[in-house]
Amino acid sequence: MNSKELIAKRALVWQLISFALFFGLWESAGRWPISLAFPPFSKTSLALLRMAADGSLAKAYLSTLQPLIIGIVLCSIAGIGFGIAMGLSRAVEWFSLPVFIILQAAPMAAIIPLITYIYGIGLTAKVLAVVVLAAPVIVMNSYKGIRNTNPSLIQMCRSFLGTRRQEVMKIILPHAAALIFAGLRLGLAMGFIGIVIAELLITPTGIGDLITYHSSVADYPEMFAAIASIIVLAALTIHALERLEQKLFPPEIRGS
Amino acid sequence: MPAETIVEARGVGKSYDGAVEALKDVNLMLPHGRLSTLLGPSGCGKTTLLKIIAGLIPPSSGEVWVKGKKVEGPGPERAFVFQDFALLPWANVLRNVAFGLELRGIPKEQRSEIARRQIAEAGLSDFESSYPHQLSGGMKQRVGLARALAVDADIILMDEPFSSVDEQTRRKFQEELLDLLRHKQKTVIFVTHSIEEAAYLSDQIVLLSPRPGTVSKIIQPNIERAGRNPDEIRRDKNYLDVVEEIWQILKHYVV
Repeated sequence: MNSKELIAKRALVWQLISFALFFGLWESAGRWPISLAFPPFSKTSLALLRMAADGSLAKAYLSTLQPLIIGIVLCSIAGIGFGIAMGLSRAVEWFSLPVFIILQAAPMAAIIPLITYIYGIGLTAKVLAVVVLAAPVIVMNSYKGIRNTNPSLIQMCRSFLGTRRQEVMKIILPHAAALIFAGLRLGLAMGFIGIVIAELLITPTGIGDLITYHSSVADYPEMFAAIASIIVLAALTIHALERLEQKLFPPEIRGS
Repeated sequence: MPAETIVEARGVGKSYDGAVEALKDVNLMLPHGRLSTLLGPSGCGKTTLLKIIAGLIPPSSGEVWVKGKKVEGPGPERAFVFQDFALLPWANVLRNVAFGLELRGIPKEQRSEIARRQIAEAGLSDFESSYPHQLSGGMKQRVGLARALAVDADIILMDEPFSSVDEQTRRKFQEELLDLLRHKQKTVIFVTHSIEEAAYLSDQIVLLSPRPGTVSKIIQPNIERAGRNPDEIRRDKNYLDVVEEIWQILKHYVV
């Protein structure tokens, strides 16, 4: 075994210890109990298994993931396109940069009641909730990716008689690809927040429905299981994307 | 034998935002097939002048003529070698060297063949499929130079090309550059702040004064290089005199 594998193995051991510690604390806090509404880890896990077995979890995710995926796909196409346009054209930048700077800093969740007021409580409203949360970071990252192109590479392209089109296709876009991808990952993380808020705030459907329902009938292990499941799903998805990003765009070839 | 002029600057000036004056009334004639150096302290606008000749920056006043034509932008007869190499980090050595040809729409097989020949001449054949981050600074600049040679331009514009490589590599480069010039009919315009480098390499040295940059003196070293090794050249009386002469002028510009 070489030293790299050894380090990786040690890191894994520490991670497992950290998880064991966390779940152990959760278990003892639930058994103490610190609150009647706080179930121990074991009961929550059992509730999760029950919900997985009776199909309620799968059904909930089917309806939760639908607006999330539609929203993220919309953002990927329109958001990246818009960010690239902002990076390439001074006019588009001048016109829309202030808007996106404000959108990125603003607590966009506050807009969700307004969305309900205008678009009702259907799928459209939930997709929009995902979009308003995810779009700013996706647009801004695409814009920054374009703008941060190494000026020396652009001069190189021009000095070797590259056209503006070649400059964009062969220098600027490959250069921005890593930041654009990172924007998508951050956008998805925001999208998860958006969809949960939408399902809790607009109308309880999917995972939001599971959380609301079980909380109202005091099935606290089920409620916690639903909450934990969405946290785990979001964390694993984002982590997988981060891994993919490292593989597709290792820092050595990013060139910034 | 006086060589024919290939690059001419007529009253070139450059100011930024109408306030900072980088260059003022630069008049120059650079001979064909020779190595000319633009030398001066930092802030004398030597890189700006080189980029104006390259057509990358428009002059605020005056004009540059290359091979009897007024410069309106970059052209196929000029190739640029960058101080920071300007290699595509996501492309391997082969694609980087062939990139100038790629931009000109030369078919892949043809440009790879030309690039391979240049890579072999640069002594990098084993690194064709390496990426820039796997290369040393010296190797990166070999790639940058090979890219410029691959497009077969008459004029190679070099912006402090050896400033970010170590001293040993730099000396080796200088010898290779002289060797290259002996075998190919290239005109090189070379920007440097090193007096020794300028004296060692140049057929003609253009000394620029700082703020605003303007031609303060033109020196033709006249050092006999044929058939002599580098150490002999560096001990040549002419070489030492030129270094001294330049220093006597430049030291007044050092703050």
